[in-house]
Amino acid sequence: MADLSTNFLGIKSPNPFWLASAPPTDRYVNVTRAFKAGWGGVVWKTLGEDPPVVNVSGPRYGAIHGADRRLIGLNNIELITDRPLAINLQEIKQVKREFPDRAMVVSIMVPCEEKSWAHILPMIEETGADGIELNFGCPHGMSERGMGSAVGQVPEYIEMVARWCKHYTRMPVIVKLTPNITDIRRPARAAKAGGADAVSLINTINSVMGVDLDRMCPSPHVDGKGTHGGYCGPAVKPIALSMVSEIARDAETQGLPISAIGGITTWRDAAEFIAMGAGTVQVCTAAMTYGFKIVEEMITGLKSWMDAKGYASLDEFRGRAVGNTTDWQYLNLNYVVKARIDQDLCIKCGRCHIVCEDTSHQAIWPIVDGVRKFVVNDAECVGCNLCADVCPVEGCITMEHQTEGTDPRTGLRYDRPYANWTTHPNNPASTVKIAAE
Amino acid sequence: MAYASDGIASHRLPPDDYVRNFADLTPPLSRHEATVAADRCYFCYDAPCAQACPTHIDIPLFIRQITTANPHGAAETILGANIMGGMCARVCPVEQLCEEACVREHAEGKPVQIGLLQRYATDTLMAEREGQPFVRQPDTGKRIAVVGAGPAGLSCAHRLAMLGHGVTVFDAKPKAGGLNEYGIATYKTTNDFAQREVDFILSIGGISVETGKALGRDVTLTQLQADYDAVFLGMGLAGFNSLSGMPEFAQVTDAVPFIEELRQASDKATVPVGRKVVVIGGGMTAIDAAVQAKKLGAEEVTIAYRRGPEHMKASQFEQDLAKTSGVTIRHWAVPKSFDGTDGRLTTVLFDHAPPGLNGPPETVAIQADMVLAAIGQSLFDEPLGRTVALSGGRIVVDAERRTSHTGVWAGGDCVFGGQDLTVAAVEDGKQAALSIDRFLRGAQALPQAAE
Repeated sequence: MADLSTNFLGIKSPNPFWLASAPPTDRYVNVTRAFKAGWGGVVWKTLGEDPPVVNVSGPRYGAIHGADRRLIGLNNIELITDRPLAINLQEIKQVKREFPDRAMVVSIMVPCEEKSWAHILPMIEETGADGIELNFGCPHGMSERGMGSAVGQVPEYIEMVARWCKHYTRMPVIVKLTPNITDIRRPARAAKAGGADAVSLINTINSVMGVDLDRMCPSPHVDGKGTHGGYCGPAVKPIALSMVSEIARDAETQGLPISAIGGITTWRDAAEFIAMGAGTVQVCTAAMTYGFKIVEEMITGLKSWMDAKGYASLDEFRGRAVGNTTDWQYLNLNYVVKARIDQDLCIKCGRCHIVCEDTSHQAIWPIVDGVRKFVVNDAECVGCNLCADVCPVEGCITMEHQTEGTDPRTGLRYDRPYANWTTHPNNPASTVKIAAE
Repeated sequence: MAYASDGIASHRLPPDDYVRNFADLTPPLSRHEATVAADRCYFCYDAPCAQACPTHIDIPLFIRQITTANPHGAAETILGANIMGGMCARVCPVEQLCEEACVREHAEGKPVQIGLLQRYATDTLMAEREGQPFVRQPDTGKRIAVVGAGPAGLSCAHRLAMLGHGVTVFDAKPKAGGLNEYGIATYKTTNDFAQREVDFILSIGGISVETGKALGRDVTLTQLQADYDAVFLGMGLAGFNSLSGMPEFAQVTDAVPFIEELRQASDKATVPVGRKVVVIGGGMTAIDAAVQAKKLGAEEVTIAYRRGPEHMKASQFEQDLAKTSGVTIRHWAVPKSFDGTDGRLTTVLFDHAPPGLNGPPETVAIQADMVLAAIGQSLFDEPLGRTVALSGGRIVVDAERRTSHTGVWAGGDCVFGGQDLTVAAVEDGKQAALSIDRFLRGAQALPQAAE
């Protein structure tokens, strides 16, 4: 049976599933419920200086729904904890004492002044917490006060605060990164330069969820006005995966431990982030959608998959996908696939045909021999995958690698060797040109 | 042995039972249910469901309009192709039409609930909006006579009115609606929906309805042709086929008037029904009569059909409905004779001759104190004289629903080769109206009906 136990920066947890710093980790009652449900660790909801912030009493969350109101994306305008620091510290201490085997990381956001950090860090250390996470990510509310993503968007500040933290505490320091930035590698490099032990990402993405067309204001609204909030949930997972991969494969940050966050909803999402180099995964929206019980599915699902693959521990597959994540210019331009439609699985909805016909390459016939039948025309198919993406039946359309014969679209043989853009004759920048065939 | 409750009697059940028994057979979808059901639609290309619909409603479009919280737009899509989209949503044999063609029927054996979604959209529009979404084009000055205010006639009248023509609809009955009003089982169209739909259709304006006017009795085809620019015949089938060569009993009647009486009764408890009822026939009318006899409190109801289940004109859904309602269906039962005492029917005798039977048929006796004959209806063709060509006792029309006589169109159950479905009648009326419009505007008649 696969072992899910995790050691991240020396912080041990029975599984890699941590609850991210967010409403589910704001108080004793929530966190103890989470630990009883089986979560491996939590990052306690961000602590700040007293007096505590206040939250709006109107809606804090907005959502994007898919079919049957399945929640696809969530955004929030909640601030950091609105409870006094002393209460949070006392509850953290109590939870850690009751659940010593679980990871207890504490998120912090105080002003960018050394004395603020010097003041709060010993108090947190005193709780027995395992580590700290610096909230340089929240894009709403706190950023207007010079904190959260306002810090995370300035690599020099990240480096400076990380250095203070390493100076004032023995606890491992995780820097939480904002995705609201052009190049995620810059703040990650800064965190590393400041001595941070790890990065966690992504925090939420700047977003306005919708417009109330009756009130003509953003939705949800607070007394007729709305503001941007932080976007999360399944919809942001691809963005998070990309940013995690950027840091995992950057020469300067390679090997920097990563706690991955962003739309992780199932065991598979978690496995994907771990394969992309993550040491632990942090979950929030999935718990806020279904409750804490989902961790059972995540734990059993990950174990079953690891057993099936023969992975005894997380380390055996961690980072395995990083090396295969590359730049576009290195993709094999001689790799040719063609769409194939399994006629036994096909239910003849025709969506592959109409999207190919209207928006792509006119490569799927809708009628063959006078009957409704969808068949790929190899002479037009560029292997783009759109038909497979829109097909409602899983496995009905597959992209098959062509290895023998000649591509009727290009007239070129299928078995040509690897060649990429850097050597392509059409590339004005290529130095080594391989003659066009 | 005779029981006090034998014979044909009303008030067989406690009053509440009638309310429950004649409530909506399939309750409408709530907004939430409609959203969930609509989400299952794949928005197919050249959708098989729409191809299967005789009126070619753009089903993927209207369902997508429901998913995007636009039920009024959905209803306009439906009604633009089929002005009786509301009734068709209730009575169409969807399991043989759109829902049978649905790709999810193919994929999972569970089609998108197209009929219920259509009802949701059309009911929502009719409940929330005054009048109708269509407006009349400027008056053309042309006048068309429509005979029959059933689905074919009203569909034709509505489309003609939309195109700016003036229409007079004649109907023999006291109310407009045809079989929608008089012929459909009560539990399929509750709350006087047929009349509400008639009002909805007529609200376009330009249509006058003259009820109590029968062709041949109060108006003649010759006179209509003289007084109007065109005539559309949609009078349905007013005659009943009868059981010939059988002893006569007062308790043996036609199913159609029974269904009609039930539809028109404001208190269903007043409609008399036998204790043991036998319905002879295998079509929708037989099912409607049998199920409703059961719902009126008959203890035993048997449908006797001369051939096998695969030959029944009633759909599988209808046959199943009869069985789940407690009706026994006996196949290969050919009526032979009636028996009774003192003029009171007691028994129906059948020849039971299933295929493969060696020797003479077995005689089967079924006890009955009421028999309803549902063995088909026929065109009452006398008023037509020899003006229009008939085939198989019905009017012959071309693809544009033109009869053999210039200036006369026909559609619905009275034409030859039709499907005897409400939705087909609506399409006939619509196509005839488009053809009449082309004819009156002097445009070249198309070789095949367009739209």
